[in-house]
Parts: sequence; C-alpha cells; structure tokens
Amino acid sequence: MAFTYSPIASVTVGSGGASSITFNDIPQNYTDLVVKVSARSSVNDTAFTVQFNGSTTAYYTRNLLTYVAAPTAGTAASSTQSNTASASLEALEPSTYTANTFNSSEIYIPNYAGSTNKSFSADTVTENNGTQSMLVMVAGLLSNTTAITSIKLSPATSGNFVQYSTAYLYGIRATEY
Amino acid sequence: MPQTYTPIASTTVGTATNSVTFSSIPSTYTDLILVVNGVLTGSGGGRFRVNGDTGTNYSYTRVYGNGSAAASDRNSNQDFAYGSNLTTVVSNGIYHFMNYSNTTTNKTIISRNSASDAMVNAVANLWRSTAAINSITFDTGGYNMTTGFALALYGIKAA
Repeated sequence: MAFTYSPIASVTVGSGGASSITFNDIPQNYTDLVVKVSARSSVNDTAFTVQFNGSTTAYYTRNLLTYVAAPTAGTAASSTQSNTASASLEALEPSTYTANTFNSSEIYIPNYAGSTNKSFSADTVTENNGTQSMLVMVAGLLSNTTAITSIKLSPATSGNFVQYSTAYLYGIRATEY
Repeated sequence: MPQTYTPIASTTVGTATNSVTFSSIPSTYTDLILVVNGVLTGSGGGRFRVNGDTGTNYSYTRVYGNGSAAASDRNSNQDFAYGSNLTTVVSNGIYHFMNYSNTTTNKTIISRNSASDAMVNAVANLWRSTAAINSITFDTGGYNMTTGFALALYGIKAA
C-alpha cells in the first residue's frame, strides 16, 4: 500500500479573515504530525503562535534562531522563551509586507500521541520584496504528557489571518497498517 | 503515484543504549528520512555514521542558536556526521539523506535538530563516498537513549 503524508484536515480562510485556525479531534493512529501553513496577518503583526489541546497553562518552552536578511546586511539572533501559554513561531507575514504575499511554515510534531512531553520543530520564512526576508527556526517543547488532539494557530498579538491563508494537517505513520 | 514517507523500519528503545543501527536498507527509494525523538541520559549527544564507515570521511557546516547567540561553524575530516544536540529534555532530530542509493556522487545529509532547552540548528553534512548507503548507525556517544526513545526510518520515492 502506498504511503504518503496522509491528509487529515485542511483550512482555507475565507473572506473576512479568521482570528485563529484550529484542528480538532486529531486521530491518534499516526506516529508524527506535520502542519503546513501559508498565512498573512490583517495587521502589522509579525508573529503567530501554536497551542495544543486548547491549553493555556504555562507549558511551553522554545528556543529560536532568527535570521533577518536585508538588502545590505543581515542579522542572526537567538532567544528563548519558557513557561508561556503558547509557543510563538514568529515570522507571520504582516499587512505591511509585499501585497499578496504569505509566509511559509512547517511544524513537525513527532510522537504526538505518546505519553511523554512533546518536542516539536517549526521552520518559517517571510518575504518583503526588496526590503527584507526572515527565516526562523524553532525548537519547541510542550511540557505535558497528554496526547495531542487539537492544534490552534493564532496571530500573536492582534488582527486576523487574512483570506486565502491556509493550513494543512498531515499524519505520518512509522508502521504499515 | 509518488510515495512519500514510506516506513522502512522503526524502533523504540527498551533498554537504554547509545547506538541504534538500521541495516539492509533497500536501495529502491530516492531519499531517506530518519526521525529521532526522545530523552538522553545527558545533554549533547546525537551523531551518525553510514555503512559502518569509521574513517574521517565526514564534514559539516552548521548554523545554530543556543538561546542567547546565533552562530555558524564548520568541521572537516570527522569520523561522524553531525546529527543533533539531544538533551535530557525531550527533543528531536530529522535527517534527510539525499539520493542515498546512487553510486556516482558523494552523499549529502541535511540535519534539523530541535532541543528547546539547548539548541536549534540546521546542518549540512557530507559523506565523502560514492557508495550507496545501506546502513545508518545513530549514536549518542557518552550518553544513552532512554527507554521510549523513538527512531523511525522512511523512504521517499520520486515520481
């Protein structure tokens, strides 16, 4: 039997935008999850967050590497964040960037249905033509042993995801059926 | 139909160990993906060899952030490929072995590591051999992978 990134669910934001994108009732019969995101903010907000199982308890930790490339010089930086109510993945395409341009992000969550704390990776890029682009890599930790059954993506501070923002959830299975 | 992430083999550590080998890897895919996830008995482990090659035939270039600074480095003539900086907090590594079964070119491996308490990095590895890769040994050096540490090997076949 052919195996692929098995599509679980998808969201395409309609007119009027969306304050968040949520995948609920995630089946537990995969090994890893992958979320592919293409999003833009309705305001000048350059970050978005991920939250699991609707939990706002201070469980999240992340280690972040950022590279901002500008026409004449680029800068790299690293920072950490601990005990937060969600994990910021940065790099949301804000409303002030090149029109009709969206970020590109992948969130990888291995062993999401297990009974240990959850490690996850996120890689995101944004582009503002002729001005700057951003690459962000995140190492995340959900300090909670509960299996992940929902994933919520939100702009970090205000505004909405604009129309045509998308998010696709896939499952990867390490063993055959 | 193109096939992605076809499971080849997987294992979950029962008794703590510092080495896991995937051998007899079929040559019928285009690329390989190795995903590791779990906890070590100490911080700083995670590297691999291919085909049991213990010679200084590996080199890498790395970009990383440790929570306070971003940096890059390069090392040549290593006897391991750089994998991850796994720690005592659950962390993960994802390794892409590009065009692994060809017998014409040296082999490139892209590593992506996420340890929220230590380091996030991306690494470009080179194994200087034109041999097809038929085994991968993941090694955590002086530390052990603890019970429950998961490793999964997938194949990707081009269209």
